[in-house]
Amino acid sequence: MIFSNEPQTVHITERRPVRILLTAVALGFLALFLAVPLVTILSNAFSKGLAAYGAAIAEPDARAAIRLTLMAAAIAVPANLIFGVAASWTIAKFDFFGKTFLMTLIDLPFTVSPVISGLIFVLLFGAQGLLGPWLAKYDIKILFAIPGIVLATIFVTFPYVARELIPLMQVQGNDQEEAALTLGAGGWRTFRHITLPNIKWGLLYGVILLNARAMGEFGAVSVVSGHIRGMTNTIPLHVEILYNNYNFVGAFAMASILALLALVTLIAKTYVERKSKA
Amino acid sequence: MKPLKQASVIPGFGLTMGFTLVYLSLIVLIPLSLLFFKASGLGWKSFWEAIASPRVMASYRLSFGSSLAGALINGGFGLIVAWVLVRYEFPGKGIVDTLVDLPFALPTAVAGIALTTVYAPNGSIGKLLGAVGIKAAFTPLGVVIALTFIGLPFVVRTVQPVLEALDRDVEEAAVCLGATRWQTFTKVILPAIFPALLTGMTSAFARAVGEYGSVVFISGNIPMKTEITPLLIITKLEQYDYAGAAAIAVTMLMVSFVLLFGISFFQKMEPV
Repeated sequence: MIFSNEPQTVHITERRPVRILLTAVALGFLALFLAVPLVTILSNAFSKGLAAYGAAIAEPDARAAIRLTLMAAAIAVPANLIFGVAASWTIAKFDFFGKTFLMTLIDLPFTVSPVISGLIFVLLFGAQGLLGPWLAKYDIKILFAIPGIVLATIFVTFPYVARELIPLMQVQGNDQEEAALTLGAGGWRTFRHITLPNIKWGLLYGVILLNARAMGEFGAVSVVSGHIRGMTNTIPLHVEILYNNYNFVGAFAMASILALLALVTLIAKTYVERKSKA
Repeated sequence: MKPLKQASVIPGFGLTMGFTLVYLSLIVLIPLSLLFFKASGLGWKSFWEAIASPRVMASYRLSFGSSLAGALINGGFGLIVAWVLVRYEFPGKGIVDTLVDLPFALPTAVAGIALTTVYAPNGSIGKLLGAVGIKAAFTPLGVVIALTFIGLPFVVRTVQPVLEALDRDVEEAAVCLGATRWQTFTKVILPAIFPALLTGMTSAFARAVGEYGSVVFISGNIPMKTEITPLLIITKLEQYDYAGAAAIAVTMLMVSFVLLFGISFFQKMEPV
């Protein structure tokens, strides 16, 4: 848009000093709240040099946290991806009673505080919870263990894919699928060859955001994890422990991994947005 | 009578609908309904005591007050950011536009420790504020800063598309009819983007009320002074007062539903 060769209409705008002032205010605000914290993460992570940074990341508890975070995301992302595709197929391709209500229910996890998202699993699986005594009898550990972390992660990232795909598939309509079916393609084949290519960018967009949240979730995971070092600590929880122990280099080193993930997420998101518009 | 489902040649309704309902029930509906079940076990008197004790009331004042302050700050500055991004050209605009979504992408705990370090008395901005006698970190102001950060993208991202779609001929017509630039803005542009602005501010507010990770580090968590409501849920849990935690959670959830209703109302006001 910026470099377009088409003749541009000259619009009325503010006077030059006003334009400069507004731009300065906007950039100042963003610098204060976004750029300065971002730079702080990196400068603190490397404040004792590269060696200290490397040592902080290679430490066994840190490595365990990285593994657990990757594992939680590796389960939550495919689970909610499959759900998102199924839910948007049902909602976008068919007309049925209660559709709006179903969409509201799917969006529910976004309106719930992260802390409450963790709390509900404590109420379900905790020692005093609904299933607590039964789980204790068979010695199954969900809360303060990996399954609890995975469940809380799935809960907070629940709507991401469905929310991207439903409006996209609604706009695209059913014509192409109907044509394929009329020509004799089966349902699965129609989905793979017609629907999937049409929704791939939207799908990818949803997965990028889903993954970022899954790896970065703090509140919900913090409630269900029990903070057992080297066992149930994800990267964000490990950041908290190191920070509270005044190990700032370690905390910011771990935080810098997540900050890098955030930057990669933003770049990938921008790329996919451009692709899907093209 | 209208059938529950319209006939269609597309296959897979039973399978996808069945899977959606089972997964939704197991992950979201059943766990969430436990909240109401647990809180209802308290009875009215204990429920009221749990949600209206002085410490909890102080946390509502802080949570709702600072969320409102954050939403208002974002309403003003977010509008300016959206305006500058849509209307002006400057070097690095693409990067700035991408960076606006940082609070959505940056894990809250990371944002929390970064903001605390920046705004602490010995931090880069905290030092400057300290020189003029303002304490930011570990005070309600710190909470406002964190909640402003977390809500920043909402206003920009709701106002931006509406501003882009705005027909500029109308502005030119206003000028031809003798309006000054400021009059054009307040009488022509602002009414058109106002519903989007309200939607963005309400979304930012709703997100801020439940926010935990970015706040707990900078707030300092001093009882009666800088404790946010989500933190009190965790405090109750740590004391094994599950029902009390559920009672506060139900109260917060009700507030979220009201806000959600408000958002859908503002969205309907938007010109399509």
